Amino acid sequence: MLAYIIRRVAQSILVLFVVGLVAFSMFRFVGDPIDNMLGQERTQADIERLREQLGLDQPFVVQYWRFLEQAVQGNFGLSYRQGRPVADILIERLPATLELAFISGLMALIGGIALGIFTAIRRRGLSANIIMTGSLIGVSLPTFLIGILLIYLFSVELGWLPSFGRGEVTDLGWWTTGFLTESGLKALILPAITLGLYQMTLIMRLVRTEMLEVLRMDYIRFARARGIRERAINFRHALKNTLVPVITITGLQLGSIIAFAIITETVFQWPGVGLLFINAIQFVDIPVMAAYLMLISVMFVGINLIVDMLYFAIDPRLRADRTQGGN
Amino acid sequence: MTDSAETRAPAATNRARRIWDSDFVWSFRQTPVAIISFFVVMVLVLAAVVAPLIAPHDPFNPATLNLMNGFTPPGEPNAFTGDQFLLGTDDQGRDVFSTILYGMRISLFVGFAAVMLAMVIGVTLGLLAGYLGGWVESIIMRVADVQLTFPAILVAMLIFGIAKGITPPEYRDQMAIWVLILAIGLSDWVQFARVVRGATLVEKGKEYVQAARLIGRSPFAIMLRHILPNVLNPVLVIATISLALAIIAEATLSFLGVGAPPTKPSLGTLIRIGQEFMFSGEWWILFFPALALLSLALSINLLGDWLRDALNPRLR
Repeated sequence: MLAYIIRRVAQSILVLFVVGLVAFSMFRFVGDPIDNMLGQERTQADIERLREQLGLDQPFVVQYWRFLEQAVQGNFGLSYRQGRPVADILIERLPATLELAFISGLMALIGGIALGIFTAIRRRGLSANIIMTGSLIGVSLPTFLIGILLIYLFSVELGWLPSFGRGEVTDLGWWTTGFLTESGLKALILPAITLGLYQMTLIMRLVRTEMLEVLRMDYIRFARARGIRERAINFRHALKNTLVPVITITGLQLGSIIAFAIITETVFQWPGVGLLFINAIQFVDIPVMAAYLMLISVMFVGINLIVDMLYFAIDPRLRADRTQGGN
Repeated sequence: MTDSAETRAPAATNRARRIWDSDFVWSFRQTPVAIISFFVVMVLVLAAVVAPLIAPHDPFNPATLNLMNGFTPPGEPNAFTGDQFLLGTDDQGRDVFSTILYGMRISLFVGFAAVMLAMVIGVTLGLLAGYLGGWVESIIMRVADVQLTFPAILVAMLIFGIAKGITPPEYRDQMAIWVLILAIGLSDWVQFARVVRGATLVEKGKEYVQAARLIGRSPFAIMLRHILPNVLNPVLVIATISLALAIIAEATLSFLGVGAPPTKPSLGTLIRIGQEFMFSGEWWILFFPALALLSLALSINLLGDWLRDALNPRLR
């Protein structure tokens, strides 16, 4: 167990080193940093002086190490476009993304499990079949089209919900939240659905498959033979055993929710880090791109690590073959 | 060598007969969803290929455009010029039907090329990893693992961003399509590599590979001539599903403004343009490109679903 944890942590750190290398290379090789900092009127002496000052005359490895040192302290330099420290901009934008991701993740989880159970129990029912067919279309529908569809329906035609922005937010000093105002909550609905729908169909299909598998097992048949009520069988015996894979997949999906938030945030002009990243790509704002990359990798790697540990802790059957192979 | 025409003709019909009766085609004939989606894909692809011939206007030739024709609703004559357009026009008076045909051309081209790139990279690396094993396998599969930690669309965005930073500004629009292909292709090879590696590991132990090794064929000949043909079935399935994903990825990137430029609009770019007019009631500028994208992605997906079942004997 301990050996596995150590190996897994070492692997995660390695991944972060690689990502850091990518981020650093972006700084170093995409455009010349000297060009970006000095204006048109510069002398060779200026260039040399700045090169020395910034440490660009040092070997690559030394520069990379310095970059990592700074990155760990949250220092990514100034945004080329806004001229402010990248870390400040990210911290300012992060609450919007996290709130959106949290709500849509919650929605996907609750809705997905409920629909999954329903379609598994009523396997032959008409409504279950309609839901399953609908989910296939939902998987083929790109996220941004879902967003546009919702805006068209609820903002343009019905006029019920706002089509962009975060509404009024309350400033808590270190965090801005949209949960406390009516307009903030209203603004959250459409983006949350857009972002959560795909994950919901995914979780639903997974729960359904697992549930069908479990319902075929002998212990369910015996429970039925003992005369235990259908409801108790479905929820107390079957559901419990379907949840292990669901937890792990959901954990892994959390990462993609944060990534897909980029799309949703652009459709709804939601002022989060995803929109920031897209704008950074459009304007080739390297420091913002690199910082976003680092931030999101730390999140992904952290989530993956936690999920793996959870998996390991929950399901004892996995321990034996996981420690040997690792492929 | 001197086959007369009479004996060859029945042979050809025999072969056609055999193909027609094969499991594969039989399963196709038995699946209405597959037939319909195949038909839809064929029509769309054909329309995209011959776009310059069937499009009523050339949307990229400013000489044929008339700004007075802007915002003509579909099927109605324009208030000023009296011109009619099947699916209406956009703000610059471009015929929506023509822009969709040309847009689909770009979407399909990027999708196909990206999948090809991903397939070549993935299959090559998968074969090498599976057949050679050792440190080659470790390195390839570790890289695959790292990349799999991140969603493909994010990887594609990042590659696009970096490539954009490297290309000088005056070439950016011109290069955008190629950068897009590179970005989507590189973000999607892992699937292929994993499946091919798995299949190669299985094939490697079989007798025909041992026999080939015994008679002294080189490892590369064995990989290319003996193992590759036997691992192609799953590759085909993944390629089909990847094509739908690549088309959606391209549309998403273009929609976000980090893909095909407005001078060479793909379906995603058209949807991005159309979205602006959704609020003012010009729904057709958005609706028809979106419909085209949706039918393309959905039918390729359904076709891939069927292909997976048909090529997998275990499921039959």
